[in-house]
Amino acid sequence: MSRGAVISAPFAGRINRTDRLMLQVILALIPGALAMVWYFGWGVLINMALASAFALGGEALVMRLRGRPVLPAIGDLSALVTALLFAITVPPTLPWWLTFLGIAFAILIVKQLYGGLGYNPFNPAMAGYVFLLVSYPVEMTNWLAPAIPEVLAAHDLAILSFVDSLRLIFTGTLPPGLTWDAVSAATPLDEMFSQLDHNSTIPEILKSPLWGDFGGRGWEWVGNWFLLGGLWMIWRGVISWRIPVAVLAGILLPAGLFWLFDPQAFPFPAFHIFAGGTILGAFFIATDPVTACTTPKGQLIYGAAIGFITFVIRHWGGYPDAVAFAVLLMNIAAPMIDHYTQPRVFGHGRREQT
Amino acid sequence: MASPPLASSPRPAPRPLWTFHGGLHLPDEKALSSAAPLATAPLSPLLVIPLQQHIGAPAKPLVGVGDRVGKGQLIGEAQGSMSATVHAPSSGTVVAIEDRPVPHASGLSAPCILIETDGRDAWAELPPPLGPRPDPEALRERIRWAGIVGLGGAAFPSSVKLRVPPGQRIRTLILNGAECEPYISCDDRLMRDRPGRILAGVRLLRDLLQVEACLIAVEDNKPEAIAALRQALAAGEDLAGIELVVIPTLYPSGGEKQLIRILTGQEVPSRGIPAQIGILCQNIATAAAIAEAAEEGKPLISRIITLTGRAMGQPRNLEVALGTPIKDLLALAGGLGPDLRQLLIGGPMMGFACDDLGMPVTKGVNCLLALSRAEAPDPGPALACIRCGACAEACPASLLPQQLYWHARARDLDQARAYHLFDCIECGCCAVVCPSHIPLVQYYRFAKAECLAQDRDKRQAEHARQRHDAKTARLERLEEERKANLRKKKEALAEKPAPARAAASASAAATTTPLADASAPAGSASAIPAGTGAGAGEPVAPGGAVPPLAGSPGTPDTPGTPGTPIAETPAVDPKKAAIAAALQRAAEKKAALARQGQAPKNTADLTPAQRRQVEAAEARRRELQAAESASSGREQP
Repeated sequence: MSRGAVISAPFAGRINRTDRLMLQVILALIPGALAMVWYFGWGVLINMALASAFALGGEALVMRLRGRPVLPAIGDLSALVTALLFAITVPPTLPWWLTFLGIAFAILIVKQLYGGLGYNPFNPAMAGYVFLLVSYPVEMTNWLAPAIPEVLAAHDLAILSFVDSLRLIFTGTLPPGLTWDAVSAATPLDEMFSQLDHNSTIPEILKSPLWGDFGGRGWEWVGNWFLLGGLWMIWRGVISWRIPVAVLAGILLPAGLFWLFDPQAFPFPAFHIFAGGTILGAFFIATDPVTACTTPKGQLIYGAAIGFITFVIRHWGGYPDAVAFAVLLMNIAAPMIDHYTQPRVFGHGRREQT
Repeated sequence: MASPPLASSPRPAPRPLWTFHGGLHLPDEKALSSAAPLATAPLSPLLVIPLQQHIGAPAKPLVGVGDRVGKGQLIGEAQGSMSATVHAPSSGTVVAIEDRPVPHASGLSAPCILIETDGRDAWAELPPPLGPRPDPEALRERIRWAGIVGLGGAAFPSSVKLRVPPGQRIRTLILNGAECEPYISCDDRLMRDRPGRILAGVRLLRDLLQVEACLIAVEDNKPEAIAALRQALAAGEDLAGIELVVIPTLYPSGGEKQLIRILTGQEVPSRGIPAQIGILCQNIATAAAIAEAAEEGKPLISRIITLTGRAMGQPRNLEVALGTPIKDLLALAGGLGPDLRQLLIGGPMMGFACDDLGMPVTKGVNCLLALSRAEAPDPGPALACIRCGACAEACPASLLPQQLYWHARARDLDQARAYHLFDCIECGCCAVVCPSHIPLVQYYRFAKAECLAQDRDKRQAEHARQRHDAKTARLERLEEERKANLRKKKEALAEKPAPARAAASASAAATTTPLADASAPAGSASAIPAGTGAGAGEPVAPGGAVPPLAGSPGTPDTPGTPGTPIAETPAVDPKKAAIAAALQRAAEKKAALARQGQAPKNTADLTPAQRRQVEAAEARRRELQAAESASSGREQP
């Protein structure tokens, strides 16, 4: 026997590695993230870099304070995944100190105070996002308009260069001669539900050039690219199909029913999929293994409930998007769902003869 | 099947197969060792034959040191119902019977018979061959005599397995040739090289159990073995009802319960055995050994072993005499390479580390696996569980390995049991897929051992409680009897006239005095039981939780101890009588000492004042004694 030998069976080489799983999640994020940079400018990239640096720094700091080895914790890339997901969900104009606050809350409080990777009951990225959303609602809803000529022309909007984005994030000032109104635009979800609140009908709302085929222009393509990454993860076995499919079904089913009932007041179901963070949430956030259900049946229930809660909050809640709230709500229900959905063990139950 | 096969159809419809949850497609690595044809290992000069090579009680040695033994001679008899015999694998001399390291996951030593071989390999007298259609009892006895155990690795005594309990009927016999664990190819080689022997054994088992169907299951990664068996099935005679079933390669389809599920769709009940659902499984190598025992009268004294791994010089399969030391075998397979990570007994999924090359090969050893560094890379330290559920996806028992892990880690044994810890077959799938490289199976083994220890403690505590309850009941009963006797006596006394009563009391007091004399050391008045009553002689139980009589060692078992309660006999005072007796004894002793010239030291060298005090006290004492003797004199009738 030599060093590095396993003490007891199985001795066969291990097939998976946590850092490789995380790396694949990061790879799967790339197409969608690039699409976001394409439509929403450099701010997305700057946020990603900032969030990553804060997250890795925070993780290293806590591990030192806890007297644990730093490198394995950084090396498992889980903090990086949290940072990237967080940066993708916040507006590209978010001041740097809010990114810092959000990440500090996510990594230090939500993740490490509960014991670090594997022990946190809540999804850190979503907890950080919600923390900022309820504390700084204005900064958290300042979305830029997608860089699509028709949209920009219709509202006479400008786009920000790399330097402009940097300045905005670090100093909070816009380039001379530009106002917030000249760069920002409502997100499709915001637009849809504020118009609905003003008793507009769906056909009236959809006349705006903001709309594409299913959701908002630009936004729907971001969703498509995230979908591609998500499907790749399922194909690679990084995530199971259950949670994403359940989330999408959980949102499509009620959306479809209500749309059939009143198409004037309820948008076509596909709108819910391609607007807001539905796809990102279904494939990248709800599937966070630490905070999700682990039993097959439980995953279906968990996903469907996230979809349904998202739909309900979008239509009747105060916030335009609700994926983060739905995920956090179901995070806390996951252990109970797991408990009641244990699979039938081999040799037990229906075939039991003795 | 939707439609029955046509009468003219040349081949029957393929047997429907089921699947089990989870499992892994592992690189099978069998080609490493399966290409080289089967060879026989030369005899070692020293054979180490453990008396326990099977599940159950160790065999009882039938030979002594210095005895000459012939090949195949019975040297260890099965002890009890769950045991197996042991035979000499070659001729030679017994040189020792002692504890030696044996191949077992525990790493402990066990009693072994050491035989120095003489090289002649001369057979002892063997029983005659049984005919082609042997009497079932004769065949069962032959299997028992031959010491045949399951050769797939578990080493369960075959004779025990084949003893079907009354009321159960085996309808399906399954011959396990799946050999699902990577690297191992000994069954593959046996099926390729000796298919006829296997089928002969299957035929015997079929007739013995009177089964309706005989299924030989082989994983589809062994096409040569399948072809060889198919050919033998086509050529052989009297093979009705025997069917070769090719199953998809998926670890652990060779597990008994998994294989039954694949072939029949049935699940063996948890903690049950296949016989409960009318199925019996035997390894194909076991069938071959049964054929050998029946047709040639040869006991199980050798087996086929795979020597493989990328750190093994020349991977191959060898037929090896049981008891051959592992180091001798390694030499036959080209020795161990320099990049050896570790040598295993068994396969990479369920084997265990071999830490002593002097260990012998036993009936349950099917593989020696020398893993290189590249084959078994260092998994590194275990990281935190990220609850990914890959383990649950892989678990062939549909368990939740992750939850089991949390509970085992927390030593929450009740929860671990509630999550069906004991349905874990320790196949290792969960640990292999775990991205955090947590040694999951190690946790389950630990938790199982803890549970078994807990059960044992519970059983012992329950036993002790029952004994205590029985003792308490017995003592209570005795106390009741004693009280009843006392009551009877009192009633009898009450009926007698007063003078007789007083006489009885006096005699009772008289009997106590010598008793006190005998038991109490001179001068110690505290040990005098008389007058305190029999009941007061019992020590008071601490805390009062235990009934007063429980655990009192001095409690006499005979009721009716001499002595009468003081309240009942106001006429006589036995206490005073006892004090008088004690004083008398003390005075006698003092007188005796004075005669010897010894006076109490405390009265020597006294001041006049002290002397006066002593004299005054003596005077008072004398007065008291006089008064007492006067009063006791009055009490006498």
